[in-house]
Amino acid sequence: MPLRGPSTKLPVGPAVAERLAGPQLVVKSLTGPHFGPVSLEVQAGEVLVLSGPSGVGKSLILRAIADLDPGDGMVCMGGMAREQYAPTEWRRLVGLLPSESHWWSNRVGDHFPDDGCRWLDALGLDPGALSWTVSRLSSGERQRLALLRMLAIEPRVLLLDEPTANLDPDTSLSVERLVQRYIAERAACAIWVSHHQAQVDRIGSRVLRIGAGGRAQGEAL
Amino acid sequence: MATIWISATDLGIAATLVLLLALMTWRLHLGTGRQIVISAVRTTVQLLLIGLVLTTLFTHAEPGWVALMSLIMLLLAGREVMARQDHRFAGWWGYGLGTLTMFVSSFSVALLTLIGLIGPEPWYDPRYAIPLLGMILGNTMTGVSLALDSLTRLATQQRAAIEARLMLGHGWRDAIGDAERQSMRSGLMPVINAMAAAGIVSLPGMMTGQILAGSPPMEAVKYQILIMFLIAIGTGFGTLSAIRLGARRLFDTRERLRLDRLKS
Repeated sequence: MPLRGPSTKLPVGPAVAERLAGPQLVVKSLTGPHFGPVSLEVQAGEVLVLSGPSGVGKSLILRAIADLDPGDGMVCMGGMAREQYAPTEWRRLVGLLPSESHWWSNRVGDHFPDDGCRWLDALGLDPGALSWTVSRLSSGERQRLALLRMLAIEPRVLLLDEPTANLDPDTSLSVERLVQRYIAERAACAIWVSHHQAQVDRIGSRVLRIGAGGRAQGEAL
Repeated sequence: MATIWISATDLGIAATLVLLLALMTWRLHLGTGRQIVISAVRTTVQLLLIGLVLTTLFTHAEPGWVALMSLIMLLLAGREVMARQDHRFAGWWGYGLGTLTMFVSSFSVALLTLIGLIGPEPWYDPRYAIPLLGMILGNTMTGVSLALDSLTRLATQQRAAIEARLMLGHGWRDAIGDAERQSMRSGLMPVINAMAAAGIVSLPGMMTGQILAGSPPMEAVKYQILIMFLIAIGTGFGTLSAIRLGARRLFDTRERLRLDRLKS
């Protein structure tokens, strides 16, 4: 059952219309064993930056939003609670890019839908990269291809866990530009974990700091 | 043709050689020396006990006792399956998964054979029922434990790759598919090898036993072929269903990989 747009299953009323016009992603009091509670909202077209020292649970927060780990609290997208989406549909729409990418097949192209990928040149990748074996990829190529692999299924929310950690400054810039273009074109949104102040200034309209014990310092509402 | 009886001295000589093997593996630091001695002692004690039990059971061939004996065999096999897992399922699943699948496959194959194929009078005659069930159960146990061990090990090792697929919106069945197929193959491999090698590389134990006990070779061979097929059926369906159920248990209703359901 495709749930590409706000579903027609919703009861119609003024409150609903307001919610649909509201934020793309809403997270309320999300709590896991090692983090939280975290509350945040991200508008369509916006990038929210998640920052804070290593090991405070930023990656775990992203995993919990993508519904990979059980957690308490509420997560909504497009005005619908996560539980109203089938799990596979939710993860297609809320794409998580972990800091380290993993590949289950030998050939790069096997990981892409229909063995095809746009934007290879936008990230400075070889046009033939899809026919390569995964073992041939450098860590930077892996990171960029993992991003493209996720964008290829066209998620509406991007959860990016340090997507430029293995990249040189120029390539980092092209990743930032591609993500921003993707978000603007599709009215998508992103939560971006970053440690570099310069990058944070370039990409994020708002920053949510995560402190010790995975507690959010304030709320990004 | 009379059976040649084995003396205690004969067994003692063989036991000394097993001890020698244990000593050698101990010197090679394989860490299996103790295990070899313990399992050799277990073989001796368990088989002597079963000899006594079977003697009693054969003289009182009552369905209640046969059922009780079958149940004990099943529960012990279930315990063995659980003990052979490095990352077994936590809680009742650790014991229940293997035991349930072995029960369904082994008992249905044994019943089918007793009632439909061999047809002893009465059908539960322990002289047929118990050894038959024992052979099917023993082999199914090997298949199920190898397969489950492989499934939980692969799921743990390939966690990141499985979750990478989940993150891209793949269903749990696709995400675990490779590990599932590989585990099913590991479980089926021993019985495939046994069937392929039977008679060429090895003379199967049951047939050897019948021949040693004086049966005509062709009769022993026919029985052995039947037993091989029964073992393959029991092991095969037991393994497939254990892996299907086990793979399902690794994911929750939100299709999250739940390795916390395994004990490490």
